[in-house]
Amino acid sequence: MKIWWILILGGLATYLTRLSMILLFSRWEIPAWLRRALRLVPAAVFSAIIAQEVLTQNGKLNLGMSNPRILAAALATVVAWKTRSVLLTILVGMVTLWVLQWAI
Amino acid sequence: MEFWQGFRAELPLLIGVSPFGMIYGVLALSAGMGALPAQAMSAIVFAGSAQFITTQLVAVNAPLFLTVLTILVVNLRHALYSASIAPYLQRLRPIWKIGLAYLLTDEAFAVTIAEYQKRTEIGTQAHAFFLGAGLALWGGWQASTAVGVFLGAMIPQTWSLDFTLALTFIAIVVPTLKDRALIAAAMVASVIAVLTIGLPYKLSLLAAAFCAILAAYGISEP
Repeated sequence: MKIWWILILGGLATYLTRLSMILLFSRWEIPAWLRRALRLVPAAVFSAIIAQEVLTQNGKLNLGMSNPRILAAALATVVAWKTRSVLLTILVGMVTLWVLQWAI
Repeated sequence: MEFWQGFRAELPLLIGVSPFGMIYGVLALSAGMGALPAQAMSAIVFAGSAQFITTQLVAVNAPLFLTVLTILVVNLRHALYSASIAPYLQRLRPIWKIGLAYLLTDEAFAVTIAEYQKRTEIGTQAHAFFLGAGLALWGGWQASTAVGVFLGAMIPQTWSLDFTLALTFIAIVVPTLKDRALIAAAMVASVIAVLTIGLPYKLSLLAAAFCAILAAYGISEP
């Protein structure tokens, strides 16, 4: 049951954000300070998720050689920077992880 | 005419979006969401990144309030898209504005705003371009989610497909780190996220985002 409330309320929050300025335009402008802060949101949120997924296992930090995700993510980062291709990034990251898991 | 122009302009982006949709479907099932809610979320929320994060919060059984708050924070960027596209939709009747807002995703916005900014004159049918782009993406997103939900049950855990979540976000965020403030935000968020990993219900995500924005705000361009 809770999952449906997540969908309804999460959907509403998302929709109202999208509708906000289309409706309010010419009556209210996003203040400069807020615009400045909002620009940083994606980089902050996505990086937080990446760091947790790559650097922790079962809720604990693992920076050792036993964590193959670090090298796989590093290679994927280089590919993302150079090619800007989503598909290539995922492909290189997954293949690297599989090879390392097989080798360790 | 405008509609199909927008529709066609959106198609190349579906190549990048379809894997996201499939991966989301797979992750949603492994988080225990159930096939119907997983598919319904693609239709109701219709926002890739927020859906990915929701699968994580559902997996740890986070409270409703926290889950919705996290979705809101992740989707706040849409307010910026809304502000950018608003001038081009001003002449429309409210019913069009209310309908088109639902289609204002990252990918539909990117294609539409690029087209509008290229034009010297915005015709009376220009909104059909947005509608075409938005519906192309909507169809692609629902279809790829369905494929992921269908495949999810058949993929063994040893394939480590959960790692595609991190890779997907690397592909999204790395090319956008274009100035000092954005790089600082990414760095601070990563460190705080790892340091606060022990907090319950992925509260660490909100803590990391908040600290990162505070820290990077000072050096961001006004």
